[in-house]
Amino acid sequence: MKMEFRGNRDFWVGLMFFGIGAAAILIARDYPFGSTLRMGAGYFPILLGAILILFGIYIMAKGLRRHEKIEGTWSLRALIVLPVITVVFGVLLDNAGFIPALAVLCLGSAAAGSEFKWGEVLLFTLLLTVLSLAVFIWGLGLPYPLIKGF
Amino acid sequence: MELFHNLLYGFGVALSLQNLLYCFVGCLLGTLIGVLPGIGPMATVAMLMPLTFTIPPVAALIMLAGIYYGAMYGGSTTSILVNLPGETASVVTCIDGYQMARQGRAGPALAIAAIGSFFAGTVCTLIIAMFGPPIAEIAFEFRAPEYFSLMLMGLITAAVLAHGDMSKSLAMVVLGLLLGVVGTDLNSGVQRFSFNILELSDGISFVTVAVGVFAMGEIISNLGEKEERVIFTAKVTHLFPSKDDMKKSIAPIVRGTVLGAFFGVLPGTGPAIASFSSYMLEKKIAKDPSQFGHGAIQGVAGPEAANNADAQCKFIPMLTLGIPASGTMALMLGALIIQGITPGPQVMVKNPDLFWGLIASMWIGNLMLLVLNLPLVGMWVYLLKVPYRMLFPAIMVFSSIGIYSVNNSSVELFLAALFGALGFVWLKLKCPAAPMLLGFVLGPILEENLRRALLLSRGDPSVFFTRPISLGFMIVTAVILLLMALPAVRKRKSKISD
Repeated sequence: MKMEFRGNRDFWVGLMFFGIGAAAILIARDYPFGSTLRMGAGYFPILLGAILILFGIYIMAKGLRRHEKIEGTWSLRALIVLPVITVVFGVLLDNAGFIPALAVLCLGSAAAGSEFKWGEVLLFTLLLTVLSLAVFIWGLGLPYPLIKGF
Repeated sequence: MELFHNLLYGFGVALSLQNLLYCFVGCLLGTLIGVLPGIGPMATVAMLMPLTFTIPPVAALIMLAGIYYGAMYGGSTTSILVNLPGETASVVTCIDGYQMARQGRAGPALAIAAIGSFFAGTVCTLIIAMFGPPIAEIAFEFRAPEYFSLMLMGLITAAVLAHGDMSKSLAMVVLGLLLGVVGTDLNSGVQRFSFNILELSDGISFVTVAVGVFAMGEIISNLGEKEERVIFTAKVTHLFPSKDDMKKSIAPIVRGTVLGAFFGVLPGTGPAIASFSSYMLEKKIAKDPSQFGHGAIQGVAGPEAANNADAQCKFIPMLTLGIPASGTMALMLGALIIQGITPGPQVMVKNPDLFWGLIASMWIGNLMLLVLNLPLVGMWVYLLKVPYRMLFPAIMVFSSIGIYSVNNSSVELFLAALFGALGFVWLKLKCPAAPMLLGFVLGPILEENLRRALLLSRGDPSVFFTRPISLGFMIVTAVILLLMALPAVRKRKSKISD
């Protein structure tokens, strides 16, 4: 799945920096600020937040002046599937064990691509799972339960 | 004489069976992953780093360095055979290397790249051994204000000289510093940006950030692009360069090494600048510049030597000052911290086995790559044929297990998912992520030194400008900033990096 996103690239970049800087200041307001002599926990993050806001404004302005577009094609499918499958892997590793988590991760990652052939993917999943077992569990001795409940 | 004594000691450490083995494994794994198209040295080192956490510090650093060289070497192989650079520095190798491969001269191109890298590696091993101790000696005089100014200089030059837009790189550095703040404030015990999540009170693991941004973000981006690969495989027949090839390459290799070493010690200048400068120099002084772009062996020899020299000399500021001069060095520094070693000039005194052993192993690693990789070219070619749809799930698997193994915590995986998505967005928005990583790793040390310096000076910020060494760093920083803001220099830089 490919989309053409025609947006003003640097405007979004500037907005991102501005937003992160503002959020940092809002959160760090609650930390003791201190003084330049004895800086509190809030001093450094608020300083950084302020600098980030300034950069954000500058880059936004530059974006509005230059109108550069975001280039290239991108895959919304990969952008959603890969982070989600990483999270699922984490949940399964905690609750179901190493082998089921790995199998799901393999299958799920493969599904992020544009080509998906069942036979190939299944064989590949089996191979990768065995390889990971050999390297991480037997080789490096990571103490993870293979399948929970057994 | 002390130099030889130290080097001898280093070789004693590096030649132990265990360290030799880790060096070998590192070089091999690094090349293996680095050869895969679309995976740069940064992603390779980040991905393989968790493998080193369980082994002793010296062996771990030796293995990581091996991975790094291996990845660089693998990157040039991919550039020559497939015209797909894994990182900006190999873009230059593509120009003439790929043309050589198309003319059926892939073998000599690969060989000359390896020989050039080896020569550069040998010279730079000596340079580090010679200049490391005196630099560390000076650094012993550094107090908090000097460290702060030095780090500021490192961060700003890294951002300013990075590929692309200066204001965005600088903003990314600040963002990295901010990410480094997450966790418990060491001075007051206050929880900062941890949102009552227990795992965040120790801060974000840098493996999570690095692997998320550089491995996952990269994959998401690659999946959105059409795959176009033409490999010149059948044509890697005779490996060895002819006498004429060698004669043409010697001078470019030497010049490339000098250039690379020069740019290498400067903080923040990526290997791309070194290899581009070398290419331009060779083109300028060549008898027949029209050959360049059509398979001139000088265009492979010079930049490859420069590339490797730069990469290796980047170890000088990392080992002697504890300042990473590139994204990969930020990873190395992180590994050092995870191993329980405080980076800085005291490493040489407290951990001489690490310092000298690592230096000696660099040379051994370069030798291994030379001896190992040329005969193995066939295997790398075979790897290049593996389609991406099978590669990236494997990368996902190894990255994810690695991230989880850092703290045995799934929270790190949730964060990695976030950083993967962010890494992709940054890539699309042309916000360079390497300066962010530098800021992230240096953030806590920078804040600590800022606080300490201002406490010592009773809250007077002029302390950074009244102490001579600190003032020196500040002046250099200001000069670089001013220079890069000049329109003429700016134009030139964008010409070099495009």
